[in-house]
Amino acid sequence: MTGKSRRIELRAAPHVKRGVNVETIMLHVVLALLPIAGFSVIQYGLSALALIMATTVSCLLSERLFSRLSGQGNTLADWSATITGLLLALTLPPSFPLWMAAVAGFAAIALGKVLFGGLGYNVFNPALVGRAFVQAAFPVAITTWAPAFFPGRFTGFIPTTFTMPLMTPPGLAEWLHQHVVDGFTGATPLARWKFENHVASAGDLLSGVATASAGETSALLILACGLYLAARKFMDWRIPVAVIGSAALVALAFHLVDPGRYPAPVFVLLSGGLMLGAVFMATDMATSPVTATGVWIYGAVIGVVTVMIRYFGGLTEGVMYAILIGNALVPLIDQYTQPRVFGARGRKA
Amino acid sequence: MTGAAAVNVTSSRAMVATLGLVATLCGVLIVSAYQGTLSAVTANKRIALERAVFKVIPGAASMKEFVATTAGIEPAAGQSSGNGVKFYAAYGPSGELKGIAAEGGATGYADVVRILYAYDPDRQAITGLGVVGMRETPGIGDKILTDQAFLANFAALDVRLDADAKALANPVKVVKHGSKRNPWEIDAISGATVTSKAVGKGINDSAQRLLPRLAPNLDKLRSK
Amino acid sequence: MALPGQTQLSHMEEFMEGIWKQNPVFVMVLGMCPTLAVSVSAVNSLSMGIATTFVLVCSTLLVSLIRKLVPKEVRIATYIVIIATFVTVVDYLIQAISLAVYDALGAFIQLIVVNCIILGRAEAHASKNPPLRTVVNALGMGLGFTLGLLSLGAVREIFGAGKLFGFSLFGPDFQPWVVMVLPPGGFFVLGAWLLLFNWLKNRKVDGALVKPLEGHTHA
Repeated sequence: MTGKSRRIELRAAPHVKRGVNVETIMLHVVLALLPIAGFSVIQYGLSALALIMATTVSCLLSERLFSRLSGQGNTLADWSATITGLLLALTLPPSFPLWMAAVAGFAAIALGKVLFGGLGYNVFNPALVGRAFVQAAFPVAITTWAPAFFPGRFTGFIPTTFTMPLMTPPGLAEWLHQHVVDGFTGATPLARWKFENHVASAGDLLSGVATASAGETSALLILACGLYLAARKFMDWRIPVAVIGSAALVALAFHLVDPGRYPAPVFVLLSGGLMLGAVFMATDMATSPVTATGVWIYGAVIGVVTVMIRYFGGLTEGVMYAILIGNALVPLIDQYTQPRVFGARGRKA
Repeated sequence: MTGAAAVNVTSSRAMVATLGLVATLCGVLIVSAYQGTLSAVTANKRIALERAVFKVIPGAASMKEFVATTAGIEPAAGQSSGNGVKFYAAYGPSGELKGIAAEGGATGYADVVRILYAYDPDRQAITGLGVVGMRETPGIGDKILTDQAFLANFAALDVRLDADAKALANPVKVVKHGSKRNPWEIDAISGATVTSKAVGKGINDSAQRLLPRLAPNLDKLRSK
Repeated sequence: MALPGQTQLSHMEEFMEGIWKQNPVFVMVLGMCPTLAVSVSAVNSLSMGIATTFVLVCSTLLVSLIRKLVPKEVRIATYIVIIATFVTVVDYLIQAISLAVYDALGAFIQLIVVNCIILGRAEAHASKNPPLRTVVNALGMGLGFTLGLLSLGAVREIFGAGKLFGFSLFGPDFQPWVVMVLPPGGFFVLGAWLLLFNWLKNRKVDGALVKPLEGHTHA
């Protein structure tokens, strides 16, 4: 892929009336992400807006720089860097310092995409590569959370947002003390479950008050946007169904064996980034399998690994690594699920 | 030799001779390097150890190394004692016993976390913590050295012996952050629970072995 | 190496081989284990570089001195014994000089013995060249390795701790990039340096209007 739009003009019947190209699909994904981004701004105010802009601008600038260096022409028009920037912001904590967000955007494009040869050649979802990089680089900042709907969010910023580049963000304790409703623990529902065995109610998780990354709490909104993309056939609906379904099944099995220790599946589905990951990140076309059977396997792997990391890993949230592991398996899955050519005899075992 | 050279095959004797010569030369080199550096190396090791001990026992001016066995305690002499527990008695400038230091270790997140703790026999409490070696994640696990709230656990961590003086009255336990209720509990660092637990386990394992053997012999240590 | 039909290099060129044209880290990509593992700080890199250079120079000198005596069947065994000896010597020396450095470098001092640069130099250069030429080449190689380690170590220390040779560069509020002192950071920084060196090399070649044979293998 050269980054230019390609319309296939000459082909045998049946003739497709309207060519769907990369730009159209990507543009619709951007449109589907906007409501989620908008909701995160309602939840976290100006800081979330600044965060979204920082990652997006950083991704676009990096993309421009590398496309110029490699002589690929202008690749900004395919919208993929915009998607990476938006998704990246939605997976970061709203209090994340902007300079770190810019580093994440650069890492996403440079390590996640350009290194492999650009759009279509990348093995891993670029936004998740960027997030994994800053998770490893700044483990404290990426687990510092701000409460949703805090008063004064449209008139001021969370103090960590404008940390000087290269400097440590200030502690949030004092600011939280002044601004925040009682009962904010600074821990995500998943962390509270893991360390305190406290299971948040579905109502809390759905209403967006749960502590989380910028775009993770609006499960219903994410599903609605996903439905739109699936209905327009810009997204393979099997992937989110497989991810969510397998995660729910595994969680149900654990819950039935030991209800005191393992929460009900609804908690597993609504907490953390499972919805966002299943709908918008696992479905990235360049990093998911091409065969129908492969897609089911891929989704199931992501769902199961997510629950395994959450239940038995050292981390509280496992969606990011689960999707990256799923991405890494894609070439293998594709190879073993190739459909048999009609009339050809199967390989002998 | 001449016949061998003609068909270009080296005799075994030449090979053995060459290897023997080289090995001898190398042996001599190694032995002289060992002898030449021995005194500097031991001095370095002693200084490093003293520095670590003096850091966990403030006010100490000198120290002595002992080994505690089931039979009693004796000054450490080389590596002879098999199953004894090594510890260090630190003395102030005028010769009074300042405290006891001993090493402990347990597996943390990445590798064994080796710690050095100070024991105050008068208060029957752990009064200081130092780290001898660890490979924990920088920024997370290494908070055990910098987190003031965590280090406050070791201002006076209760390690009283039980009635028979055979074990600790209350095993040292690491509890979740913010839930320390008793003086023998260690409040874990939130986000670095695994490393905190390794510290607690290291102290507990070592103290359970050392302190019962130490208790009947404390008077021997007081007189320098 | 003076291959048949090739003019012999001057001593200066021999010295520069390891620093630039055949730099062990950036050109030959040899000795990657210690390069990636110990280059977390400039001091560690420097100590490791010096230790390796010491072993390299001493062992290649000895190999060169006895090159006519050693039967070819046992030459590798002989080289390994010689290299292992100097590694042991350097191990004791570092312990005597600084225990802190010794602890920081850990097992990688002993592992100098399997560093492919050293056996490579002994076999490919020292066994065929007179002592002076060998020592000059080994010094260049050692220095090149040290420079390679140092350029990794400096970048990783600046990002990973905000310091260079232990001196704070950005003040106490600096946010360390933890990933830089973890193994992935080593790969990232090495990759970036390789990119820079290849770019410099390609640009030089393009400037001279001579297309390299492998000019498009990476395109």
